[in-house]
Amino acid sequence: MALTGRSALRRRTLRRMTTLPLAVLAVGSLAACGSSPAEEVDTENLSGSITYWASNQGESVTQDEEVLSETIERFTDETGVEVELEVIPWNDLQNRILTAVSSGDAPDVLNIGNTWATSLQATGAFLEWEGEALEAIGGEERFIPSSWATGGAEGQAPTSVPLYALSYSLYYNTEIFEENGIDGPPATWEEFVEVAQELTQDTNDDGSIDQWGFTMAGASISNNSHAAFIRGLQHGGELYDDDGEPDFTNDAVVAGVNEWIQLMGADGVVSPSDAELVNGAESVEQVASGQAAMVFDQAPGNVFDNRGFEDYQAAPMPMLDADATGLEATQSHVAGINMSVFENSDNIDAAVAFVAHMTSDEEQTYLNQEFTGLPVVNDLYEDEAFQSDEIQLKQQILQDHAQPMPLYPSESQMETVVGTAMRDLLADVAQGREVTEDDVRDALTTAESQM
Amino acid sequence: MPVEPKLKDPPEPDQGVAGAGREASTTRPSPGERNQRRAQAAVASQVVQTAGASRRSRLFPYGLIAPASVMEMLIHIIPMVLGVYIAFLGLNQFTIGNWLQAPFVGLENFVTGLDPEGPIGSQFYAALLRTVVYTVISVGAAWALGMFAAVLLTSKVKGRGFLRTLFLTPYALPQYVGAIAWAFMFNQRDGVINRILVHDLGILDSGPFWLLGGNAFWVTVIVTVWQFWPFAFLMLLAALQNIPDEVYEAAAMDGASLWKQFTSITLPMIRQANVVMLLILSLWIFNQFNIPYVLFGPASPPEATLISPLIYEQSFNYWNFGVGGAMSVLLLVAW
Repeated sequence: MALTGRSALRRRTLRRMTTLPLAVLAVGSLAACGSSPAEEVDTENLSGSITYWASNQGESVTQDEEVLSETIERFTDETGVEVELEVIPWNDLQNRILTAVSSGDAPDVLNIGNTWATSLQATGAFLEWEGEALEAIGGEERFIPSSWATGGAEGQAPTSVPLYALSYSLYYNTEIFEENGIDGPPATWEEFVEVAQELTQDTNDDGSIDQWGFTMAGASISNNSHAAFIRGLQHGGELYDDDGEPDFTNDAVVAGVNEWIQLMGADGVVSPSDAELVNGAESVEQVASGQAAMVFDQAPGNVFDNRGFEDYQAAPMPMLDADATGLEATQSHVAGINMSVFENSDNIDAAVAFVAHMTSDEEQTYLNQEFTGLPVVNDLYEDEAFQSDEIQLKQQILQDHAQPMPLYPSESQMETVVGTAMRDLLADVAQGREVTEDDVRDALTTAESQM
Repeated sequence: MPVEPKLKDPPEPDQGVAGAGREASTTRPSPGERNQRRAQAAVASQVVQTAGASRRSRLFPYGLIAPASVMEMLIHIIPMVLGVYIAFLGLNQFTIGNWLQAPFVGLENFVTGLDPEGPIGSQFYAALLRTVVYTVISVGAAWALGMFAAVLLTSKVKGRGFLRTLFLTPYALPQYVGAIAWAFMFNQRDGVINRILVHDLGILDSGPFWLLGGNAFWVTVIVTVWQFWPFAFLMLLAALQNIPDEVYEAAAMDGASLWKQFTSITLPMIRQANVVMLLILSLWIFNQFNIPYVLFGPASPPEATLISPLIYEQSFNYWNFGVGGAMSVLLLVAW
C-alpha cells in the first residue's frame, strides 16, 4: 500500500538523519585504502571499462554529456576501453567525492575543482602523478606551470593534473558602456566603483533602479571566497599566515572583503536581489539581459552564446593601482578543473590512459573550444584556435596576474567558512541593514574560529 | 514464541449468527462422514503435538524473523553504533580515506560541538531551540488544518471526493519537487509571491527577501506545513469515519452545540489515532532536512538553520565528521 510504503520510507529517512553522516560511511567502507607509492602503469594493452565523473562545464549537464561522449568515443575506438560517464553538478560534486572516498565505492577517474586538490590529496585516496603514470601523460613539462602547480601541496607528488584552465576577468556590456559614453573598462578599483555608480540607473524613470553597475552571485560560497582571496591579495594580505594558519582577520583581507560587500552597501552599485543568486551563471545573465553592466566571471561564453548576446568585452579585473606588481597585481586565482584517478581503481592502466587522452593536444583543443576554457598544455597557445583577444587576455592573466588559492589541506573549509560569512553579510545588506568594516571583521573572526 | 497448535483445541462455534449459519450449511452429516472427520482431527492434533515438541519447531519462529533481524542490524543498528563510534574519532579529510584507523580523540568532538561558549556549540544550541519552536509551530498548524479539513469532509458536502484528492496532492508530490516550486515562488527578484504582494495587490512597496534572514524561518514553516498537513488530514479522516453517526445524533438531540460535540465526542474518540499521528509528525518535522536543503542549499541562513542541516553542514561543508557525529549522538540520546 502506498501510504505504508511511504511512511516506512520516511521513518527510515528519519533514523538516517539522526546518525547523519554515518549511514553513508557504513556501507562497504572496508574497501577504502590509503595512499601507496606509485605503481607500475602499462597504457599499451588496455581492456575492460572505467567510470568517469565529470564536472559540469557547459550550459547544462546534457550539453556536457554530448560534448564528452564524442571525446569518449574516440578513446574507445583507440583503446577498446568502455567509459561510463556521469556529469555531476557542482553543488553535489564535493559531497559525491567525499562519499566515494569514505566508502571506497568510487569512479576510476574524476574531475575536481582545482582549488580542492590539496584538501583531497590529504585523504590519500588518489593516485600520485609520478613515475610511469606521469610519463604516460607526457611529463610535467607539457603543462602550463601555473596550472600544474594547483595539483597538490608544494613538495609532494601531485594527485591531480590540470584539465581546463580558467581565470577571472571583468566582462562588460559594451552597449551600455557606449550609451553612457564610457570609452574603456576601468583599470583601478576606484575607477571601477565610479563607472559602476554612473551606470546604476533608473532607465525608464519609474522610480526604481533597473540597470545596475555591477552584478555578483552573492549566495555563491565559492565565488565569494575567490573574491576574498583576490581582493585580500590586492591589499597585500593573504588568507593564511607564513606558518599555514588561517588568518582571515588581517587588515588587508578585511579591507578587501569590506570593499566587496560595500559594492552592494555604501556604493549601491549591486542590486540587493543579487544576494539570492547561487550560481555565477545567473549573474552573467544579468549582464546579457542589460540589467547590469559588469560582472567578474571565469567562463561566461556559453551563457552569452546561448542568449545570442555578443555586445560584450573582456578586460582585466581592476586592481587598487593600475601599476601594481607582485601580490598586489593579482586579478584572479589560478582557476580551473583538474583530473584525478582513484588509487583503488581496479583498472588504473585504463584510467591513466584516459587522463592522457583528455590532456592530449587534440582533445584539449576540442574540449576547451566547446567549454570556452583555456588549454592546459603549452603547445596549444600557438594554435590558431586560441588566438582570440579573450583567450590571449586570459592567458596573460594566468601568466602574470594569477595566484593559486592557498595550497593547504584546509582550503575547502576555508572556502566554506569565508564564503558563507560573506554570503550572510550580503544578505544583511540586502535586507537594509548597515554593515560596517567592523561587522566584516567580526564575521571573519567568527569564520576563522570555525576552522 | 512457540506456534500455538490451533487444531488441537478447536474453539466452540459461536452461539449466535455464525453458529446458526454453520448448522444450516452442514445439516445432517452421514455417520461415515462424521467418523472420517473425527479421525482427521485426531491425526492432525497428533502431528501438531509431535512437531511442537521437536527442536526444529522451537527454532522455526527465529528462522522466520532472522532475515528481518539481519536487515535491521545492517540498516539500523550497525550504522547507529558506528555513528556513536565516529563521534569519538578525529575524522576529517586526513583520515576519511581510511576511517577505521582514524585516531581516537575521546570527548574532544563533544567539547567542540556542544560547548555553549564555542563558535560551533553556540550554533548547536541555538539551532536546537529553533528546531523545537519550528516543530511545535509546524505540527500545530498541520494538525489544525488537517483536523479542520477532515471534519469538513466527513460530513456529506458536495464535491467531497474531489476535495479529498485535491487536499492530498502536496503529499503525493515528491518532497523535492514541492520545495523547489516554493523556492521559485519565494524568489525576491521575480518570484510570484512578491509579484502578487508588490505589483498586483500593491500591499508592499518593495519585495521583501523571503529566503534570507528572519523570513527564511517562516518560509520553512510554511513549506513544511504545506507538505505535511495532508498526512494529518488523511489520518484524522480515517479516524473520524470510525465514529458512528448515532453518537452525534444522540448528542444533537440532547442539544449539544457543534463545538461541544467536537470536544466531547470527536476528540476523545479519535484520541489514539491523534496521539500516534502527532508523534510521527513531530519526529518527521523535527528531523526535517530535505525542505531547508532544497530551499537554501547546503548552508541555511543563520536565522533558519535547523538541527539536521547543521549536522550536515558540520560534516560535509566543514569536513568535521567527528563533530557532526557528536551532535548526532546527543540528538539520539535526547530522543
